Amino acid sequence: MTTVAPVKTQYEAIIGLETHCQLSTQTKIFSSSSAEFGAPPNTNIDPICMGLPGVLPVLNQKVLEYAVKAGLALNCEIARYSKFDRKQYFYPDLPKNYQISQYDLPIAEHGWLEIELVDKQGNATRKRIGITRLHMEEDAGKLVHGGSDRLSGSTYSLVDYNRAGVPLVEIVSEPDMRSGQEAAEYAQELRRVMRYLGVSDGNMQEGSLRCDVNISVRPVGQKEFGTKVEIKNMNSFSAIQRAIEYEIERQIQAIEAGEKIIQETRLWEEGAQRTISMRVKEGSSDYRYFPEPDLGPIEVSTEQLEQWQLELPELPHQKRQRYEQDFGLSPYDARVLTDDRNMAAYFEAAIATQANPKQAANWLMGDISGYLNNEKLSITEIALKPETLAELIGLIENSTISSKIAKDILPELLTQGGSARELVERKGLIQISDTGALEAIIDQVIADNPKELEQYRNGKTKLLGFFVGQVMKQSGGRADPKQTNQLLAKKLNP
Amino acid sequence: MLDRDQVHKVALLARLELTPQEEEQFATQLSNILDYFEQLSELDVAEVPPTARAIDVSNVVRADELIPDLAREKILENAPDRVDDFFKVPKIMHE
Repeated sequence: MTTVAPVKTQYEAIIGLETHCQLSTQTKIFSSSSAEFGAPPNTNIDPICMGLPGVLPVLNQKVLEYAVKAGLALNCEIARYSKFDRKQYFYPDLPKNYQISQYDLPIAEHGWLEIELVDKQGNATRKRIGITRLHMEEDAGKLVHGGSDRLSGSTYSLVDYNRAGVPLVEIVSEPDMRSGQEAAEYAQELRRVMRYLGVSDGNMQEGSLRCDVNISVRPVGQKEFGTKVEIKNMNSFSAIQRAIEYEIERQIQAIEAGEKIIQETRLWEEGAQRTISMRVKEGSSDYRYFPEPDLGPIEVSTEQLEQWQLELPELPHQKRQRYEQDFGLSPYDARVLTDDRNMAAYFEAAIATQANPKQAANWLMGDISGYLNNEKLSITEIALKPETLAELIGLIENSTISSKIAKDILPELLTQGGSARELVERKGLIQISDTGALEAIIDQVIADNPKELEQYRNGKTKLLGFFVGQVMKQSGGRADPKQTNQLLAKKLNP
Repeated sequence: MLDRDQVHKVALLARLELTPQEEEQFATQLSNILDYFEQLSELDVAEVPPTARAIDVSNVVRADELIPDLAREKILENAPDRVDDFFKVPKIMHE
């Protein structure tokens, strides 16, 4: 071969995330006002978060504990000596004109988070995403533009400082992700970890979890990174994925067209499903960090660190592995059950009272999740106790009831609670497995349907289903399905 | 010696509007201040570890206990401008 067809250049994306996570403390990071979401405008303000002269900020000890625990859960090294710094910038959401943050000595560094991607065939692949750093800082207030959220047309802005001083951790990843799917999974796993730790509710709609994405593309094989662009304003995991996919395509097209990628910040527009440039005046940001003189340094002792390490719960990836290894669940099932810590706790409580793990998983992921979704309830809000689910599964396993009956009585157990066995007995739903009793019903059914019997015996064996159905109907669904099938087959084929 | 461009940059970062005369004047004054601090470099601190603060205090923390502040109305009153319970500020972005 002497000629080579032109090969289309293959590109790869280099993606890193900066995630801001609100800590679920009662009060602000440096003052004793409430940190709750959704209070009427400017109710949770005080001289400290407003930066009035002469005030002294003092660190909330829960913020330190939560930040260290988050750092430990992300496999970081915890700084033995850490401090706060002032980051200077002018924007009306910041009453002091500086934000108290951490610059060169963050509380945690050099960690990793393992993510798991499950493909359509149910195969799981795992990947470690590096965590560059995690630091503590205060949130800013919220701007309302001229009575609406639209920037255009307003002549002034209104500011609500309830959020100013609410504690955050900012978690910066290494540029280890290569697709929108990986980035969305990283963000989800990060949220799971924060929720398991109980340090953040991770609610994206309320802004408790905010992700900024840094993204560049380069031809596969090239060593140097391309010019990176920051994208903001995604408020769901799927928006993160779609924004990245859009941006990868946009950058590749620009490069192919011979354009230069500009280092800039772009906003994701959910409505239009695209990113747009956010023009920022050049040279206007130079944060001039310097050590915060009002706050002393933080030294975490070995004893304190060991104590917090001991208090960490089993984390999502550890649970997933245990569910797969100990209970033989598929990666998909393990993932669904461990997504919510309460669901996992429920599952484990059912197992602890001898429920068959696979059956418990099926009930929880099937009928019970369906009910929770329909009723907009969480697993902690149902009357059905984990031990009752175990009892119900046991009743099916020892042939006291059929799974059909179990499904029928589930709604009552979910809303009323109580014992499954008692309910079955009270309603007279115990399965008929007595051969004599079943034969009587079957004989009657066969006698009542001579036409179908004749067709069956003439070769239309599909009618077996019809007969099973009739037996079920006659028995009020109580006939043991397995035995019914066997006995019917015998009687229909004498 | 600080030059006019540097003074201009610092003024921009501090959102200060200076006249050319002021820039000239501050270039001299700020240079004098910096020169004064420059005396510190006469000391040999090669063996002294860097520190951000002069007093040896660490781990000053408070419990996560809610103490609602009663100065809310006063803080709002102090604002240059307000609309109901909001602080009112000039429009911050131009289309």
